[in-house]
Amino acid sequence: MIAGQVSKLIGSRVKRKEDPRLITGEGKYTDDVILPGMAFFAVLRSPYAHARINSIDTAAAAHPDVLGVMTGAEINDRCAEPFPLFAILEGMQYPERWPMAATKANYVGEPIAAVAASSRAAARDALDLIEVDYDPLPVVTDMETAADADTPVIFEEMGSNLCYEATDQAGDPDRAFAEADGVVSARLEQPRLIPNPMEPRAAVAEYERSTGNATLWVTTQNPHIERMVAAKMLGMPENKLRVIAIDVGGGFGCKINTYSESIIAIALAEHIGRPVKWAEDRTEHFVATSHGRGQAQYVEAAYKKDGTLLGMKLKIYADLGAYAQVISHVIPTLTPSLSPGVYGIRDIGWTTIGVFTNKIPYDAYRGAGRPEAAYIIERVMDLIADATGKDPVAVRRKNFIPDDAFPYETPTGMIYDSADYNAALDKALDIAGYDDLRAEQKAARKDGKLMGIGVTVTTEVCGFGPAAAMGGLGGFESATVRVDPMGKVTVLTGASPHGQGEETSFAQIVADDLGVPFEDVEIIHGDTSIVARGVGTFGSRTLVVGGTAILKANEQIKDKATRIATALLENKIEDTLDPQLVTLEDGLFSIQDMPDQYVTWAEVGSEAYDGQLLPEDEQPGLEAVSFWEPPGLTFPFSAHIAVIEIDQDTGEVSLKRYVSVDDCGTVINPTLVEGQIHGGLAQGIGQALLEQAVWDDEGQLVSGSLMDYAMPFAQEFPMFELDRTVTPSPVNPLGAKGIGEMATISATPTVANAVIDALSHLGVTHVDIPMTAERIWRVLQNHGSRRRGGRS
Amino acid sequence: MPNEISVTVNGTRHTSSVEPRTLLVHYLRDELGLTGTHVGCDTSQCGACTVVVDGSAVKSCTVLAVQADGSEVTTIEGLAQDGELHPVQEGFWEEHGLQCGFCTPGIIMTLHQVLDEQPDPSEEEIRHSLAGNICRCTGYQNIVKAAQFAAQRMQE
Repeated sequence: MIAGQVSKLIGSRVKRKEDPRLITGEGKYTDDVILPGMAFFAVLRSPYAHARINSIDTAAAAHPDVLGVMTGAEINDRCAEPFPLFAILEGMQYPERWPMAATKANYVGEPIAAVAASSRAAARDALDLIEVDYDPLPVVTDMETAADADTPVIFEEMGSNLCYEATDQAGDPDRAFAEADGVVSARLEQPRLIPNPMEPRAAVAEYERSTGNATLWVTTQNPHIERMVAAKMLGMPENKLRVIAIDVGGGFGCKINTYSESIIAIALAEHIGRPVKWAEDRTEHFVATSHGRGQAQYVEAAYKKDGTLLGMKLKIYADLGAYAQVISHVIPTLTPSLSPGVYGIRDIGWTTIGVFTNKIPYDAYRGAGRPEAAYIIERVMDLIADATGKDPVAVRRKNFIPDDAFPYETPTGMIYDSADYNAALDKALDIAGYDDLRAEQKAARKDGKLMGIGVTVTTEVCGFGPAAAMGGLGGFESATVRVDPMGKVTVLTGASPHGQGEETSFAQIVADDLGVPFEDVEIIHGDTSIVARGVGTFGSRTLVVGGTAILKANEQIKDKATRIATALLENKIEDTLDPQLVTLEDGLFSIQDMPDQYVTWAEVGSEAYDGQLLPEDEQPGLEAVSFWEPPGLTFPFSAHIAVIEIDQDTGEVSLKRYVSVDDCGTVINPTLVEGQIHGGLAQGIGQALLEQAVWDDEGQLVSGSLMDYAMPFAQEFPMFELDRTVTPSPVNPLGAKGIGEMATISATPTVANAVIDALSHLGVTHVDIPMTAERIWRVLQNHGSRRRGGRS
Repeated sequence: MPNEISVTVNGTRHTSSVEPRTLLVHYLRDELGLTGTHVGCDTSQCGACTVVVDGSAVKSCTVLAVQADGSEVTTIEGLAQDGELHPVQEGFWEEHGLQCGFCTPGIIMTLHQVLDEQPDPSEEEIRHSLAGNICRCTGYQNIVKAAQFAAQRMQE
């Protein structure tokens, strides 16, 4: 246990172990893998959102540089099984999905055929020579009408485009509405977002025909799940497939899924007898890699005139795209589950409707289901404040779950581990100078300026498992801790990072816990032949679950090391010793009351393998394996305040200040936590102001490249003002809660609230995200502004 | 028809035969094995592929290898001298200017040139100079701080 131990590195701003290789160009990303004889492949994709494939003619692609072509039928025939789905919901229906479309394409970008050639360019050229005869079919793009009786059905065997419709309630929402002084309602749009990690996806495969062993280098957040899925689909034993992902250039959820290209890569390598590489173009990423968000939300909220939120009724449509994948279908169900937010509301009714459309599948994107929930409840709080004429801060405080109520079970069945929302909010208000900001806003309005202040207090769920929450993916993380004969420590972790810095934070934990120098700890991840099993990095679980697994392995290491140290000390003092008298402190094993009699980790490590002085009942070696599954989930929380100004002539929103007070429990490395918050804020703010996938009626992605999709640049942001409260989690010995997604979840409603606040005196109560200049300009035209004689 | 080019990369002269359509970034990565320069997009927005050609930071996905014939190219691999990090690299390490690290080489090469031209840039100028680079991880805050760290270090 870490609690009670004198920490040296935990809580310190340790510089990252990862950085020296990444700032000198020595990173090992998938596209950097170069193998002897390696060929390249490219993927022909459907240009139609929905079309029957009558025929494919690959004859013209025959060229000396082309090494092999595989069509959908051939790839799918090579597979033993379709893509597996996990956590199947009661009553849901779903189509089978194979690596390629063989007879019908169901979204723009669905793979149709693949060509391996001696160069990237030759593979690309050959795609143009493949003739596909398509019959376009009616296209379904609108999630709200997708399941209607008169909408064309994408998968005929299913009879409709409905994946599931789940209706449930907690408490008595009808009574809450009957008792209410008023009701606010809104339709909130959550556009689809393109994850856009800066590293596009890539896959490299090598297949040894003599043994049937394959190696797959791939851009994944979870190599072990990738191995499980790819092995199943290809009918291979898991122990014949090695998956490697050393450096992964961001994921944000879109690198959880096992994609068709992994299967195609292995199949092509086997087919042509040479290693193959595929690297996604950015424009390809837009139609080949899963999107995020994509909901239409209807909310009604019953309130009392003192600002109390009595009840809510939700109807949530989720656009799953053409197929469900991994646990994508479960993501929308997190939205009603988290919809109470940080408030004591007990009466909620909800319907969640997941539908299939002719779009690329959607999946987790930083927050996955929780940002959508926070957006609902934090908009509702502002709507109630507006309706009751109260300050948004006062309305929130009025509804907070009391500080002494934790652990607290929400009406939707979540058990919040620990929190103190007032403390976080107090801090944020203090940093922002909230009262002064309101005074400034008043003055600004007098001058005809549009200034807005947005406040949110939010929570989210992370640190997944336990197993029951994972639907078959496993709720554990694994750790192997190994002390070598020089006393240096190697840790193998199944939590495979993609920028989080766990080589550093995990080494800090080990250094403190074992009392070894930070420099003596190596963290190994991302290779399934080295790290036997793991679940991976998503849902802010790495530190919470992976970090604790390391602590548990350390316990075994310390026990055995102490026994070995006892034998060494007995030999030193030429007497027998009670092992209870030998203690490990500051990296030295010493005898109680005899501090000058000690042995070091190097001596213990050396003896563990030399073994001549080991007790008779002790076996050599100093290595421990631990699997740890958490007993419950963790709930970080935050209080955020944004200050924005709107240019009345252009509608452009500029973010003036952003205060972020976050509580992720115990902090191992404040620098890494702040980095996660900075990046999370940028993504949440991007969602509020800039980003959205735009489709036309034919199912073509109009915002389909970085030219057309607005990613946030450095100039969009002020210096963020960060602080924290620390409320340790009781569900893991580290006390950690996870911080990967919190800031993203909070930032979108915070900025949205600020923009609407800036317009509230004009009678504006709702604007959809993204709040682009054009959208705000139109709102200003419709409502008028003070300067143009609008009401004040 | 392949073209003969001669390019000095990180101080070493290479003579190669390349297809005219070969992009400089693919020449560096696939021919010379200098994989520190990354490809992040195909529309010249992201800047992950930024290298310095004859003193100017350029997006190597938007330059043909044949255009670099006779040029001096510096990539991320050539920035540290005698095992000593360049101040911009040092700034990224000190200020946690990177997370996944994929955009980092390009941003380092951009800032390397920015600081050559403007040794004491304001925060605003630094943010403006990054208009051709996208980072999805850091929210840019610590990249700005890394640049400020480097500017100060270079003036010492």
